[in-house]
Amino acid sequence: MRYLPALAAALFAVILWQLIVTTTGLPKFILPGPALVAETWWQYRAVIAEHTLVTATEVLIGLAIGAGLGAVTAIQLASSRVARVLIQPMLVFTQALPVFALAPILTLWLGYGLWSKVAMAVLIIYFPVTSAFFDGLMRTPQGYLDLARTMQASPSRVLWHIRVPAALPSLASGLRLAAVYAPIGAVIGEWVGASRGLGYLMLLANGRAKTDLMFAAMLTLGVFSILLHIAVGYLTRNLGKDCR
Amino acid sequence: MNPAPGIRVKGCATLKGAPLFAPLTLELEAGQWTCLLGGSGVGKSTVLRLISGLATGAEFEGEITASDNAEVASRVAYMAQDDLLLPWASVSQNVLLGARLRGDKPDTDRLRRILDRVGLADHATKKPAELSGGQRQRVALARTLMEDKPVILLDEPFSALDAQTRAAMQELAVELLQGKTVLVVTHDPAEAARLGHSIIVMAPGGLTRCPHPPSPIPRPVDDLETLECQAALLRHLREGVA
Repeated sequence: MRYLPALAAALFAVILWQLIVTTTGLPKFILPGPALVAETWWQYRAVIAEHTLVTATEVLIGLAIGAGLGAVTAIQLASSRVARVLIQPMLVFTQALPVFALAPILTLWLGYGLWSKVAMAVLIIYFPVTSAFFDGLMRTPQGYLDLARTMQASPSRVLWHIRVPAALPSLASGLRLAAVYAPIGAVIGEWVGASRGLGYLMLLANGRAKTDLMFAAMLTLGVFSILLHIAVGYLTRNLGKDCR
Repeated sequence: MNPAPGIRVKGCATLKGAPLFAPLTLELEAGQWTCLLGGSGVGKSTVLRLISGLATGAEFEGEITASDNAEVASRVAYMAQDDLLLPWASVSQNVLLGARLRGDKPDTDRLRRILDRVGLADHATKKPAELSGGQRQRVALARTLMEDKPVILLDEPFSALDAQTRAAMQELAVELLQGKTVLVVTHDPAEAARLGHSIIVMAPGGLTRCPHPPSPIPRPVDDLETLECQAALLRHLREGVA
Protein backbone atom coordinates (compact mmCIF):
# COMPACT_ATOMS: atom_id res chain seq x y z
CA MET A 1 0.00 0.00 0.00
CA ARG A 2 2.98 2.31 0.77
CA TYR A 3 4.19 2.10 -2.82
CA LEU A 4 0.82 2.87 -4.38
CA PRO A 5 1.41 6.65 -4.68
CA ALA A 6 4.85 6.00 -6.21
CA LEU A 7 3.36 3.61 -8.76
CA ALA A 8 0.62 6.10 -9.59
CA ALA A 9 3.24 8.82 -10.14
CA ALA A 10 5.28 6.51 -12.39
CA LEU A 11 2.19 5.66 -14.44
CA PHE A 12 1.37 9.34 -14.76
CA ALA A 13 4.92 10.11 -15.95
CA VAL A 14 4.78 7.34 -18.58
CA ILE A 15 1.41 8.58 -19.91
CA LEU A 16 2.72 12.17 -20.06
CA TRP A 17 5.86 10.97 -21.87
CA GLN A 18 3.82 9.02 -24.44
CA LEU A 19 1.54 12.04 -24.93
CA ILE A 20 4.49 14.33 -25.68
CA VAL A 21 5.94 11.82 -28.15
CA THR A 22 2.60 11.33 -29.92
CA THR A 23 1.57 14.98 -30.11
CA THR A 24 4.97 16.40 -31.15
CA GLY A 25 5.85 13.57 -33.51
CA LEU A 26 9.54 13.83 -32.60
CA PRO A 27 11.76 11.31 -34.42
CA LYS A 28 12.69 8.33 -32.28
CA PHE A 29 16.41 9.18 -32.18
CA ILE A 30 15.49 12.45 -30.47
CA LEU A 31 12.86 11.18 -28.06
CA PRO A 32 11.75 7.55 -28.20
CA GLY A 33 8.37 6.74 -26.62
CA PRO A 34 7.93 4.49 -23.60
CA ALA A 35 6.61 1.60 -25.68
CA LEU A 36 9.69 1.59 -27.90
CA VAL A 37 12.03 1.89 -24.90
CA ALA A 38 10.28 -1.05 -23.23
CA GLU A 39 10.59 -3.08 -26.41
CA THR A 40 14.30 -2.24 -26.75
CA TRP A 41 14.84 -3.02 -23.09
CA TRP A 42 13.35 -6.48 -23.60
CA GLN A 43 15.29 -7.06 -26.79
CA TYR A 44 18.61 -6.10 -25.16
CA ARG A 45 17.83 -7.55 -21.73
CA ALA A 46 20.86 -9.86 -21.71
CA VAL A 47 23.26 -7.04 -22.62
CA ILE A 48 21.69 -4.65 -20.12
CA ALA A 49 21.79 -7.29 -17.38
CA GLU A 50 25.49 -7.92 -18.03
CA HIS A 51 26.36 -4.22 -17.82
CA THR A 52 24.09 -3.72 -14.79
CA LEU A 53 25.98 -6.46 -12.99
CA VAL A 54 29.27 -4.64 -13.66
CA THR A 55 27.94 -1.29 -12.39
CA ALA A 56 26.25 -2.95 -9.39
CA THR A 57 29.55 -4.60 -8.40
CA GLU A 58 31.38 -1.26 -8.57
CA VAL A 59 28.64 0.48 -6.59
CA LEU A 60 28.42 -2.16 -3.85
CA ILE A 61 32.19 -2.33 -3.34
CA GLY A 62 32.36 1.47 -3.39
CA LEU A 63 29.51 1.71 -0.90
CA ALA A 64 31.16 -0.73 1.49
CA ILE A 65 34.59 0.94 1.33
CA GLY A 66 33.19 4.50 1.40
CA ALA A 67 30.89 3.77 4.35
CA GLY A 68 33.73 2.08 6.25
CA LEU A 69 36.20 4.90 5.60
CA GLY A 70 33.58 7.53 6.39
CA ALA A 71 32.62 5.88 9.69
CA VAL A 72 36.26 5.50 10.76
CA THR A 73 37.03 9.12 9.83
CA ALA A 74 34.00 10.41 11.74
CA ILE A 75 35.05 8.50 14.87
CA GLN A 76 38.61 9.79 14.55
CA LEU A 77 37.37 13.36 14.16
CA ALA A 78 34.98 13.03 17.09
CA SER A 79 37.57 11.59 19.45
CA SER A 80 40.49 13.89 18.74
CA ARG A 81 40.68 17.66 18.66
CA VAL A 82 43.96 17.48 16.75
CA ALA A 83 42.27 15.42 14.04
CA ARG A 84 39.47 17.99 13.84
CA VAL A 85 41.95 20.83 13.38
CA LEU A 86 44.07 19.02 10.79
CA ILE A 87 41.57 16.97 8.81
CA GLN A 88 38.26 18.82 8.88
CA PRO A 89 39.31 21.78 6.67
CA MET A 90 40.88 19.34 4.21
CA LEU A 91 37.65 17.38 4.08
CA VAL A 92 35.61 20.46 3.33
CA PHE A 93 38.12 21.53 0.67
CA THR A 94 37.90 18.19 -1.14
CA GLN A 95 34.13 18.71 -1.27
CA ALA A 96 34.68 22.01 -3.06
CA LEU A 97 36.50 20.17 -5.87
CA PRO A 98 34.25 18.84 -8.64
CA VAL A 99 34.51 15.05 -8.50
CA PHE A 100 33.96 14.94 -12.29
CA ALA A 101 37.29 16.65 -12.75
CA LEU A 102 39.05 13.91 -10.80
CA ALA A 103 37.65 11.07 -12.90
CA PRO A 104 40.30 11.22 -15.68
CA ILE A 105 43.18 11.24 -13.22
CA LEU A 106 41.68 8.33 -11.29
CA THR A 107 41.42 6.38 -14.53
CA LEU A 108 45.05 7.23 -15.22
CA TRP A 109 46.11 6.06 -11.79
CA LEU A 110 43.91 3.02 -11.36
CA GLY A 111 43.34 1.87 -14.92
CA TYR A 112 40.29 1.22 -17.05
CA GLY A 113 38.94 -1.58 -14.91
CA LEU A 114 36.79 -1.88 -11.80
CA TRP A 115 38.90 0.07 -9.32
CA SER A 116 38.80 3.54 -10.88
CA LYS A 117 34.97 3.35 -10.73
CA VAL A 118 35.02 2.05 -7.18
CA ALA A 119 37.28 4.96 -6.26
CA MET A 120 34.83 7.43 -7.82
CA ALA A 121 31.94 5.94 -5.87
CA VAL A 122 34.02 6.05 -2.67
CA LEU A 123 34.97 9.68 -3.27
CA ILE A 124 31.42 10.76 -3.85
CA ILE A 125 29.91 9.07 -0.76
CA TYR A 126 32.80 9.51 1.67
CA PHE A 127 31.84 13.06 2.63
CA PRO A 128 28.09 12.59 3.21
CA VAL A 129 28.73 9.50 5.36
CA THR A 130 31.53 11.17 7.36
CA SER A 131 29.64 14.39 7.81
CA ALA A 132 26.33 12.80 8.87
CA PHE A 133 27.98 10.42 11.36
CA PHE A 134 30.35 13.08 12.72
CA ASP A 135 27.41 15.42 13.28
CA GLY A 136 25.63 12.71 15.24
CA LEU A 137 28.75 11.99 17.31
CA MET A 138 29.10 15.67 18.26
CA ARG A 139 25.44 16.01 19.27
CA THR A 140 25.34 13.48 22.09
CA PRO A 141 22.70 14.65 24.60
CA GLN A 142 24.54 16.62 27.32
CA GLY A 143 22.71 14.73 30.07
CA TYR A 144 24.35 11.44 29.04
CA LEU A 145 27.78 13.05 29.08
CA ASP A 146 27.16 14.60 32.51
CA LEU A 147 26.03 11.26 33.87
CA ALA A 148 29.10 9.53 32.43
CA ARG A 149 31.32 12.19 33.95
CA THR A 150 29.92 11.65 37.46
CA MET A 151 30.62 7.93 36.89
CA GLN A 152 34.34 8.65 36.25
CA ALA A 153 34.06 7.17 32.77
CA SER A 154 37.04 7.07 30.43
CA PRO A 155 36.60 9.06 27.18
CA SER A 156 37.08 6.03 24.94
CA ARG A 157 34.40 4.06 26.80
CA VAL A 158 32.00 7.01 26.63
CA LEU A 159 32.63 7.03 22.88
CA TRP A 160 31.84 3.33 22.42
CA HIS A 161 29.03 2.92 24.90
CA ILE A 162 27.22 6.26 24.53
CA ARG A 163 28.33 8.53 21.69
CA VAL A 164 28.51 5.92 18.91
CA PRO A 165 25.18 4.22 19.68
CA ALA A 166 23.51 7.64 20.08
CA ALA A 167 24.86 8.65 16.63
CA LEU A 168 23.76 5.52 14.74
CA PRO A 169 20.54 7.11 13.43
CA SER A 170 22.69 9.87 11.88
CA LEU A 171 24.98 7.25 10.33
CA ALA A 172 21.90 5.52 8.91
CA SER A 173 20.72 8.71 7.22
CA GLY A 174 24.21 9.24 5.79
CA LEU A 175 24.18 5.71 4.39
CA ARG A 176 20.76 6.20 2.77
CA LEU A 177 22.13 9.30 1.02
CA ALA A 178 25.23 7.35 0.00
CA ALA A 179 23.07 4.67 -1.63
CA VAL A 180 21.73 7.27 -4.04
CA TYR A 181 25.10 8.96 -4.69
CA ALA A 182 27.25 5.87 -5.17
CA PRO A 183 25.74 4.87 -8.58
CA ILE A 184 26.33 8.43 -9.84
CA GLY A 185 30.02 8.09 -8.92
CA ALA A 186 30.38 4.75 -10.66
CA VAL A 187 28.67 6.02 -13.84
CA ILE A 188 30.89 9.11 -13.99
CA GLY A 189 33.86 6.77 -13.79
CA GLU A 190 32.46 4.67 -16.62
CA TRP A 191 31.88 7.71 -18.80
CA VAL A 192 35.48 8.76 -18.56
CA GLY A 193 36.92 5.42 -19.53
CA ALA A 194 35.47 1.93 -19.47
CA SER A 195 34.58 -1.00 -21.62
CA ARG A 196 31.74 -2.29 -19.45
CA GLY A 197 28.97 -0.98 -17.22
CA LEU A 198 25.71 0.95 -17.65
CA GLY A 199 27.53 4.28 -18.04
CA TYR A 200 29.59 2.83 -20.86
CA LEU A 201 26.46 1.35 -22.48
CA MET A 202 24.65 4.72 -22.33
CA LEU A 203 27.60 6.49 -23.93
CA LEU A 204 27.90 3.83 -26.61
CA ALA A 205 24.16 3.90 -27.43
CA ASN A 206 24.15 7.67 -27.52
CA GLY A 207 27.11 7.74 -29.91
CA ARG A 208 25.28 5.49 -32.32
CA ALA A 209 22.01 7.47 -32.09
CA LYS A 210 20.37 4.45 -30.43
CA THR A 211 18.50 6.77 -28.07
CA ASP A 212 16.00 4.05 -27.16
CA LEU A 213 18.81 1.85 -25.79
CA MET A 214 20.29 4.85 -23.99
CA PHE A 215 16.92 5.42 -22.29
CA ALA A 216 16.58 1.73 -21.44
CA ALA A 217 20.02 1.71 -19.79
CA MET A 218 19.34 4.99 -17.98
CA LEU A 219 16.00 3.81 -16.59
CA THR A 220 17.63 0.56 -15.48
CA LEU A 221 20.20 2.60 -13.57
CA GLY A 222 17.42 4.69 -11.99
CA VAL A 223 15.50 1.62 -10.88
CA PHE A 224 18.71 0.07 -9.53
CA SER A 225 19.46 3.22 -7.48
CA ILE A 226 15.96 3.28 -6.03
CA LEU A 227 16.13 -0.41 -5.13
CA LEU A 228 19.53 0.15 -3.51
CA HIS A 229 18.14 3.08 -1.53
CA ILE A 230 15.23 0.95 -0.31
CA ALA A 231 17.54 -1.95 0.53
CA VAL A 232 19.93 0.28 2.53
CA GLY A 233 16.95 1.87 4.28
CA TYR A 234 15.68 -1.60 5.18
CA LEU A 235 19.08 -2.81 6.41
CA THR A 236 19.71 0.30 8.53
CA ARG A 237 16.22 0.58 10.03
CA ASN A 238 17.38 -1.10 13.22
CA LEU A 239 20.31 1.29 13.60
CA GLY A 240 17.99 4.09 14.56
CA LYS A 241 15.02 2.19 15.93
CA ASP A 242 15.84 2.33 19.61
CA CYS A 243 17.40 5.75 19.59
CA ARG A 244 14.48 7.93 18.69
CA MET B 1 31.97 1.82 52.30
CA ASN B 2 33.12 4.76 54.40
CA PRO B 3 30.43 6.62 56.33
CA ALA B 4 28.85 9.42 54.30
CA PRO B 5 30.69 12.73 54.79
CA GLY B 6 29.15 16.14 55.29
CA ILE B 7 29.68 18.62 52.48
CA ARG B 8 30.25 22.36 52.67
CA VAL B 9 29.94 24.69 49.69
CA LYS B 10 31.33 28.15 50.34
CA GLY B 11 31.71 30.86 47.73
CA CYS B 12 29.96 32.87 45.08
CA ALA B 13 29.32 32.44 41.38
CA THR B 14 29.14 34.84 38.47
CA LEU B 15 27.69 34.27 35.02
CA LYS B 16 29.50 36.32 32.35
CA GLY B 17 30.47 38.92 34.94
CA ALA B 18 27.00 39.24 36.49
CA PRO B 19 26.53 37.64 39.91
CA LEU B 20 24.55 34.38 39.74
CA PHE B 21 24.44 33.91 43.49
CA ALA B 22 25.86 36.02 46.29
CA PRO B 23 28.49 34.62 48.68
CA LEU B 24 26.85 31.74 50.48
CA THR B 25 27.66 28.81 52.69
CA LEU B 26 25.68 25.63 52.20
CA GLU B 27 26.17 22.82 54.67
CA LEU B 28 24.99 19.31 53.88
CA GLU B 29 24.93 17.31 57.08
CA ALA B 30 26.43 13.83 56.97
CA GLY B 31 23.90 11.08 56.33
CA GLN B 32 21.00 13.55 56.16
CA TRP B 33 18.63 14.83 53.48
CA THR B 34 19.01 18.52 52.66
CA CYS B 35 16.38 20.13 50.43
CA LEU B 36 17.46 23.19 48.48
CA LEU B 37 14.26 24.95 47.49
CA GLY B 38 13.96 27.89 45.13
CA GLY B 39 12.47 29.29 41.98
CA SER B 40 13.87 28.90 38.50
CA GLY B 41 17.14 30.65 37.71
CA VAL B 42 18.40 31.28 41.24
CA GLY B 43 21.34 28.95 40.67
CA LYS B 44 20.30 25.95 42.73
CA SER B 45 21.13 23.50 39.94
CA THR B 46 24.48 25.27 39.57
CA VAL B 47 25.26 24.50 43.21
CA LEU B 48 24.45 20.85 42.58
CA ARG B 49 26.54 20.71 39.42
CA LEU B 50 29.46 22.36 41.23
CA ILE B 51 29.41 19.64 43.89
CA SER B 52 29.34 16.92 41.25
CA GLY B 53 32.23 18.52 39.35
CA LEU B 54 30.20 19.17 36.18
CA ALA B 55 30.62 22.15 33.88
CA THR B 56 28.24 24.96 34.82
CA GLY B 57 29.06 27.84 32.49
CA ALA B 58 29.40 29.99 35.62
CA GLU B 59 32.57 31.17 37.33
CA PHE B 60 32.73 29.80 40.87
CA GLU B 61 34.98 31.38 43.44
CA GLY B 62 35.25 29.46 46.63
CA GLU B 63 35.65 25.90 47.79
CA ILE B 64 33.74 22.67 48.16
CA THR B 65 34.98 20.52 50.99
CA ALA B 66 34.01 17.28 52.68
CA SER B 67 33.97 16.82 56.46
CA ASP B 68 36.59 14.05 56.09
CA ASN B 69 38.76 16.28 53.86
CA ALA B 70 38.77 13.74 51.02
CA GLU B 71 37.93 14.67 47.43
CA VAL B 72 34.21 15.27 46.75
CA ALA B 73 33.40 14.90 43.03
CA SER B 74 34.48 11.26 42.79
CA ARG B 75 32.19 10.23 45.65
CA VAL B 76 29.01 11.63 44.15
CA ALA B 77 26.15 9.93 42.33
CA TYR B 78 23.80 12.11 40.33
CA MET B 79 20.17 11.76 39.32
CA ALA B 80 18.26 14.30 37.25
CA GLN B 81 14.68 15.05 36.25
CA ASP B 82 15.32 13.36 32.92
CA ASP B 83 15.92 9.67 33.70
CA LEU B 84 18.84 9.67 31.17
CA LEU B 85 18.29 6.01 30.37
CA LEU B 86 20.05 4.86 27.21
CA PRO B 87 17.17 3.88 24.89
CA TRP B 88 19.17 1.17 23.13
CA ALA B 89 20.22 -0.59 26.34
CA SER B 90 18.16 -2.92 28.52
CA VAL B 91 17.20 -2.12 32.12
CA SER B 92 20.11 -4.24 33.42
CA GLN B 93 22.59 -2.64 31.05
CA ASN B 94 21.40 0.81 32.09
CA VAL B 95 21.77 0.00 35.78
CA LEU B 96 25.27 -1.40 35.12
CA LEU B 97 26.28 1.63 33.02
CA GLY B 98 28.79 2.98 35.54
CA ALA B 99 30.72 -0.31 35.68
CA ARG B 100 30.74 -0.53 31.89
CA LEU B 101 31.99 3.03 31.50
CA ARG B 102 34.83 2.45 33.94
CA GLY B 103 35.70 -0.98 32.58
CA ASP B 104 34.90 -2.66 35.93
CA LYS B 105 33.56 -6.18 36.15
CA PRO B 106 29.77 -5.88 36.58
CA ASP B 107 28.53 -7.15 39.94
CA THR B 108 25.50 -9.16 38.83
CA ASP B 109 24.51 -10.30 42.32
CA ARG B 110 24.27 -6.70 43.45
CA LEU B 111 22.36 -5.85 40.26
CA ARG B 112 19.77 -8.53 41.07
CA ARG B 113 19.40 -7.33 44.67
CA ILE B 114 18.97 -3.71 43.62
CA LEU B 115 16.45 -4.50 40.87
CA ASP B 116 14.56 -6.51 43.45
CA ARG B 117 14.51 -3.58 45.89
CA VAL B 118 13.18 -1.11 43.31
CA GLY B 119 10.63 -3.71 42.19
CA LEU B 120 11.92 -4.18 38.66
CA ALA B 121 13.22 -7.75 38.88
CA ASP B 122 10.76 -8.87 36.18
CA HIS B 123 11.75 -6.07 33.80
CA ALA B 124 15.52 -6.60 33.67
CA THR B 125 15.67 -7.38 29.96
CA LYS B 126 13.17 -4.73 28.81
CA LYS B 127 14.11 -1.57 26.95
CA PRO B 128 13.26 1.81 28.57
CA ALA B 129 10.60 2.50 25.91
CA GLU B 130 8.58 -0.46 27.27
CA LEU B 131 8.40 1.07 30.76
CA SER B 132 6.14 3.68 32.35
CA GLY B 133 7.52 7.03 33.54
CA GLY B 134 7.57 5.84 37.15
CA GLN B 135 9.32 2.60 36.22
CA ARG B 136 11.92 4.50 34.21
CA GLN B 137 12.65 6.74 37.18
CA ARG B 138 13.01 3.63 39.33
CA VAL B 139 15.62 2.33 36.87
CA ALA B 140 17.43 5.66 37.23
CA LEU B 141 17.27 5.26 41.03
CA ALA B 142 18.61 1.70 40.71
CA ARG B 143 21.48 3.00 38.55
CA THR B 144 22.23 5.63 41.23
CA LEU B 145 22.20 2.95 43.96
CA MET B 146 24.41 0.66 41.89
CA GLU B 147 27.10 3.37 41.96
CA ASP B 148 27.27 2.93 45.75
CA LYS B 149 28.49 6.48 46.39
CA PRO B 150 28.16 8.13 49.83
CA VAL B 151 26.86 11.44 48.45
CA ILE B 152 23.70 11.56 46.32
CA LEU B 153 22.66 14.63 44.35
CA LEU B 154 19.07 14.73 43.11
CA ASP B 155 18.16 17.48 40.64
CA GLU B 156 14.35 17.77 40.50
CA PRO B 157 14.31 13.99 40.35
CA PHE B 158 10.57 13.41 40.57
CA SER B 159 9.09 16.57 39.08
CA ALA B 160 8.20 14.95 35.75
CA LEU B 161 6.08 12.26 37.44
CA ASP B 162 2.36 12.35 38.22
CA ALA B 163 1.42 13.13 41.82
CA GLN B 164 0.79 9.58 43.07
CA THR B 165 3.92 8.16 41.38
CA ARG B 166 5.96 11.05 42.77
CA ALA B 167 4.80 10.34 46.33
CA ALA B 168 5.65 6.64 45.93
CA MET B 169 9.07 7.46 44.46
CA GLN B 170 9.86 9.85 47.33
CA GLU B 171 9.13 7.10 49.84
CA LEU B 172 11.19 4.54 47.91
CA ALA B 173 14.13 6.93 47.59
CA VAL B 174 14.20 7.73 51.32
CA GLU B 175 14.08 4.02 52.15
CA LEU B 176 16.88 3.09 49.75
CA LEU B 177 19.20 6.05 50.30
CA GLN B 178 19.36 5.65 54.07
CA GLY B 179 22.66 6.71 55.62
CA LYS B 180 23.77 8.68 52.59
CA THR B 181 24.31 12.42 52.41
CA VAL B 182 21.57 13.57 50.06
CA LEU B 183 20.99 16.95 48.41
CA VAL B 184 17.61 17.42 46.73
CA VAL B 185 17.25 20.45 44.50
CA THR B 186 13.57 21.19 44.01
CA HIS B 187 11.07 23.94 43.26
CA ASP B 188 8.26 22.07 44.98
CA PRO B 189 7.52 23.15 48.60
CA ALA B 190 5.56 19.93 49.15
CA GLU B 191 8.59 17.86 48.24
CA ALA B 192 10.87 19.88 50.52
CA ALA B 193 8.39 19.60 53.41
CA ARG B 194 8.24 15.81 53.02
CA LEU B 195 11.90 15.05 52.47
CA GLY B 196 14.10 17.61 54.23
CA HIS B 197 16.03 16.83 57.41
CA SER B 198 16.88 20.41 56.78
CA ILE B 199 15.19 22.78 54.35
CA ILE B 200 17.03 25.70 52.79
CA VAL B 201 15.40 28.28 50.57
CA MET B 202 17.64 29.77 47.92
CA ALA B 203 16.82 33.28 46.65
CA PRO B 204 18.90 35.91 44.85
CA GLY B 205 19.70 37.41 48.26
CA GLY B 206 21.15 34.20 49.65
CA LEU B 207 20.16 31.14 51.64
CA THR B 208 17.57 30.97 54.39
CA ARG B 209 17.32 27.95 56.64
CA CYS B 210 13.63 27.22 57.25
CA PRO B 211 12.04 25.34 60.14
CA HIS B 212 10.79 21.84 59.40
CA PRO B 213 8.51 19.40 61.20
CA PRO B 214 10.29 17.24 63.79
CA SER B 215 8.90 13.96 62.42
CA PRO B 216 11.19 11.53 60.53
CA ILE B 217 11.23 11.53 56.72
CA PRO B 218 9.45 10.73 54.48
CA ARG B 219 6.76 12.68 56.25
CA PRO B 220 3.17 11.62 55.46
CA VAL B 221 1.60 13.74 52.73
CA ASP B 222 -1.56 14.30 54.79
CA ASP B 223 0.20 15.16 58.05
CA LEU B 224 -0.90 18.54 59.39
CA GLU B 225 2.63 19.68 60.31
CA THR B 226 3.91 18.75 56.85
CA LEU B 227 1.11 20.70 55.20
CA GLU B 228 1.75 23.71 57.42
CA CYS B 229 5.44 23.56 56.61
CA GLN B 230 4.60 23.34 52.90
CA ALA B 231 2.36 26.41 53.19
CA ALA B 232 5.03 28.35 55.09
CA LEU B 233 7.62 27.50 52.47
CA LEU B 234 5.33 28.61 49.64
CA ARG B 235 4.65 31.88 51.48
CA HIS B 236 8.36 32.39 51.93
CA LEU B 237 9.02 31.77 48.22
CA ARG B 238 6.28 34.19 47.18
CA GLU B 239 7.50 36.91 49.53
CA GLY B 240 10.94 36.49 48.05
CA VAL B 241 9.51 37.19 44.60
CA ALA B 242 7.46 40.22 45.71
